[in-house]
Amino acid sequence: MTSTSRYDADERGYFGEGGQWGGRFMPEALVAALDELTSAWTEAMADPSFIGEFEAILRDYANVPSALYEATRLSEQVGCRVLLKREDLNHTGAHKIRNVLGQALLTKRMGKKRVIAETGAGQHGVASATAAAYLGLDCTVYMGAVDTKRQALNVARMQLLGAEVVAVDTGSGTLKDAINEAFRDWVSSVDHTAYLFGTAAGPHPFPTMVREFCRGIGDEARAQVLERYGRLPDAIAACVGGGSNAIGLFAGFLDDEEVAIWGFEPGGDGVETGRHAATITAGGSGVLHGARTYLLQDEDGQTVESHSISAGLDYPGVGPQHSHLAHIGRARYAPVTDAAAMEAMALLARTEGIICAIESAHAVSGALDVARELAATKGPDAIVLINLSGRGDKDMGTAIEWFGLGDAQKDVEA
Amino acid sequence: MSTTPAFERARSEGRAALIGYLPAGFPDVPGAVDALHVMVDAGCDVIEIGLPYSDPVMDGPTIQAAAQQALDAGCRTTDVLRTVEAVAATGTPTLVMTYWNPVERYGVERFAADLASAGGAGLITPDITPDAGEAWIAAADAHDLDKVFLVAPSSTDERVAMTTAASRGFVYATAVMGVTGARTTTSDLAGPLVTRARALQPKDAHLPVGVGLGVSNGDQAAVVAAYADGVIVGSAFVRTLLDAGTDRAAGLAALRTLTEDLAAGVRRGDAGGA
Repeated sequence: MTSTSRYDADERGYFGEGGQWGGRFMPEALVAALDELTSAWTEAMADPSFIGEFEAILRDYANVPSALYEATRLSEQVGCRVLLKREDLNHTGAHKIRNVLGQALLTKRMGKKRVIAETGAGQHGVASATAAAYLGLDCTVYMGAVDTKRQALNVARMQLLGAEVVAVDTGSGTLKDAINEAFRDWVSSVDHTAYLFGTAAGPHPFPTMVREFCRGIGDEARAQVLERYGRLPDAIAACVGGGSNAIGLFAGFLDDEEVAIWGFEPGGDGVETGRHAATITAGGSGVLHGARTYLLQDEDGQTVESHSISAGLDYPGVGPQHSHLAHIGRARYAPVTDAAAMEAMALLARTEGIICAIESAHAVSGALDVARELAATKGPDAIVLINLSGRGDKDMGTAIEWFGLGDAQKDVEA
Repeated sequence: MSTTPAFERARSEGRAALIGYLPAGFPDVPGAVDALHVMVDAGCDVIEIGLPYSDPVMDGPTIQAAAQQALDAGCRTTDVLRTVEAVAATGTPTLVMTYWNPVERYGVERFAADLASAGGAGLITPDITPDAGEAWIAAADAHDLDKVFLVAPSSTDERVAMTTAASRGFVYATAVMGVTGARTTTSDLAGPLVTRARALQPKDAHLPVGVGLGVSNGDQAAVVAAYADGVIVGSAFVRTLLDAGTDRAAGLAALRTLTEDLAAGVRRGDAGGA
């Protein structure tokens, strides 16, 4: 299941000509562990028994392959076919389970007994705690103190699953600081602990390894579309924070040059306001968390705090392969504001009966604009495929506040 | 400038060098300069000035707090270079310890040029290794600056050889697997690492080996000085200033006492014991 694509990194983890993106900008103390991880992962991916076990667990435990659903009422509205890859129906409610089951299985194979993870919204933390419980590993999750308050329900879920949740109050108290703290843990625990990195960012091999564990999204969707419609989609779309669901989807289609690829970034209050997390749209090249990538930074290279209504996209960096794909133009990235994402969340709920995560609603919003354009140029048979990366249960608090829900007497505005 | 003469002088006196760290801009820009002058005056042979950074993954809570305070007060990269200039003017070799992104953002070549013209001796780079540091190596060589890379207990022999071959000035041996911070006991991983860093470096390189992470008093310094060429102290200095709070004079007095204790420690060698 390992891909070989012209868009892959070289053996040192650099993407692009001249090695502009990615790499491994890391303390020497962690290099041995990253080398060990790289070789263990490479061997595992060449071992049919590992691949077989991974696929069996995904199938029997995580409800993968996920369904591909033609959103017929939504399609009528925009004038062409809109397909949803239903990652929201996976166990734990998002694509994240693919990545953590892959990494946790690898942890067992390497003989380590403990995993650590960072989490923003809590989805990766919940998935990590789930995988740890399933495979009998100890689990510690680092979460920004601000996020533990925003996502108290997910804190409770992780605790119920047996994980220790550590609130991180350094820096901005959000995802980037949780990553810093997880690295600090890892430096002192690396001999018996694996770091389950939550997105396709960070030092080599994480961007490539996380992509490969998530690439089932794209590979399955490609086969499902071909089987049902006899051709490839015209465009595919995903939301991009760190970018794991997006790169997992894109991986299946990168070499199909006729398929347009869209990544939708969190535009927050609007890129022009400065309160956003649209890293590729508005950031510059730099090094954060071990990779050279686009990031939000000030003139001195200090990381700038990001903002998004969606905690899962609220990250000032992005996976280095996305930077590469943006730089060479293979994929296009555009911002979607908080307001537009919330509008899309409500639209999908009322039109299709699906309450998606606010993260995924960014993809829905952006993709519907793409679909309207395609309908105008190519007609009703055009196909737009959206990765619905997660479900929206965790976001009901935000939705209640945004839409003024919860009062049975009151009409909902949306 | 280079740190080499400081290590040679210490070696000729039959002792290890004392290398003291403080972030620029902490407690504020002039306050850091005052504190660094006290550290020079009271016996540091080499100074490391930290460049405060928003995401310091290798630092423990003490240095994180100081760096955050400096950033909150508006400390800029140019303030760090001005601090280097003020300290290097004493004649004591002065390095900058920095995470990589601020250097890349400033411009690697421009940073090297401005550091050299401020009288700086070079850089310590905790989050780049020589195999990810081609741009820095080229700029440092062009401007005759020290390149202090790190080795760790987990480094393979091959990587220790590669890292020492790429370093100039000294090589920084991280004595424990962990982030910065004062520790009550010194590590038993440090001695073997120093031995490897000496044995695996290029023949005739005579690259000194500095040991960092955890030393907080003269007795610990004496233990490390018995087997290392340099004893690196950071968090203990920062902690001293943090504990003094707003009483600057008391902070500087405590800093002097600590520096003198450490300077005596590196002169006793292993006679002290931990």
